[in-house]
Amino acid sequence: METRIQILAVAASGLLFLVVLELVRRRRLLERYALLWLLSAWVLLALAIWQGLLSDLARVIGIIYPPNALFLIAFGFVLVLLLHFSLAVSRLTDQTKVLAQRLAILEERQRRGVTEDSAQRDREEAVDFIAGPPRSR
Amino acid sequence: MGTIRPSRRNFPRLLVLVSEPIVDHNSQHLVIVPAYNEAGTVGEVVRSLHTHVPDFDVLVIDDGSTDGTRDVATAAGAKTLRMPFNLGIGGAVQAGFVYALENGYDYVLQFDGDGQHIAREIAPLRAAMADDPSLDMVCGSRFLSAEHGYPAPISRRTGIHLFAFLLSRITRQRVSDPTSGFRLYNRRGIALFARDYPHDYPEVEAVVMLHFHRLRMREVPVTMRARGSGRSSIGSGKSLYYMVKVLLAIFIGVARRRPTPEPGDEAPVAAAPNI
Repeated sequence: METRIQILAVAASGLLFLVVLELVRRRRLLERYALLWLLSAWVLLALAIWQGLLSDLARVIGIIYPPNALFLIAFGFVLVLLLHFSLAVSRLTDQTKVLAQRLAILEERQRRGVTEDSAQRDREEAVDFIAGPPRSR
Repeated sequence: MGTIRPSRRNFPRLLVLVSEPIVDHNSQHLVIVPAYNEAGTVGEVVRSLHTHVPDFDVLVIDDGSTDGTRDVATAAGAKTLRMPFNLGIGGAVQAGFVYALENGYDYVLQFDGDGQHIAREIAPLRAAMADDPSLDMVCGSRFLSAEHGYPAPISRRTGIHLFAFLLSRITRQRVSDPTSGFRLYNRRGIALFARDYPHDYPEVEAVVMLHFHRLRMREVPVTMRARGSGRSSIGSGKSLYYMVKVLLAIFIGVARRRPTPEPGDEAPVAAAPNI
């Protein structure tokens, strides 16, 4: 692999790695979302430094010019990351929907002017609702 | 109210189901009227519901309207749920199911806020439900009666008929109007859809869900009016998205077989803590 492109690849993936770590350190990025980023940065960095591995890999896949293999792998990571975010967004959408529905129902109940008795029952129900099952790990 | 210990296998939403509902109403029937910017028609809809089905409580679900739909509905004497932002028809209607479940209603009627449905036509739906207690959903269909007074554009009618064809195959019974939002549900239907209801354009998918949960439905002929004021939730530009989305939902629904988690399954929303 040409030296210039190797330097560029090492610098770029190294920088990505450091930026992600720094974002986690400043609590701007949650660990659960950082892991995939760190993994991709780490793999890209390893491939950029360890030229033998990259050219072997390129030969196995059938790519003549090894840096293209690097780009292909980087592209693969980008796809995985995007899918990951689509999953996260779907989950947030679902959670937001449930929250909005709960909020609307609670507001309606409040507007109706709850009597002391039903307010008591509401509180009990709220406790039940929050308690839920222990989260299985 | 008996204390209910949250057991390991129950998940929170269902605790509300098994706890005694808070009943502070006399009716066992609830009409849910999803309305998004329907201030022009919703008042009339509520009044006609009060006239024709006085034994139904009327709940207008204002899905984040900006035109005072909620105030109009309240003034007309309806209960209202006000969504903090626009959830889309699926989320709005599901809020109605959750409300009905928690307040112990036995029957829910879904009725559009745009004046398209006619309150007089509720009677045949109720009659069908009363005739056959094994029915979980009774659907008003535009296409069963001899004279369709429904001037839908040809593109939309084509879509409806395509869905109707697919659903009839999947459910092995005739489904003529799968996009109709004029529906009566019993408690089983309410419980199912309170647990899981599709996000947008939900009616077609709901039929698939119902089928794979082994709940039963039937259609009865109704007439529908052209829309009053307001705009349909399905604009012309969205028709294609609508078609594709619903087709995807149908095929995924078939592959899914068990579309919603049963009690004791992992909670759908919080399912994957590592996402």
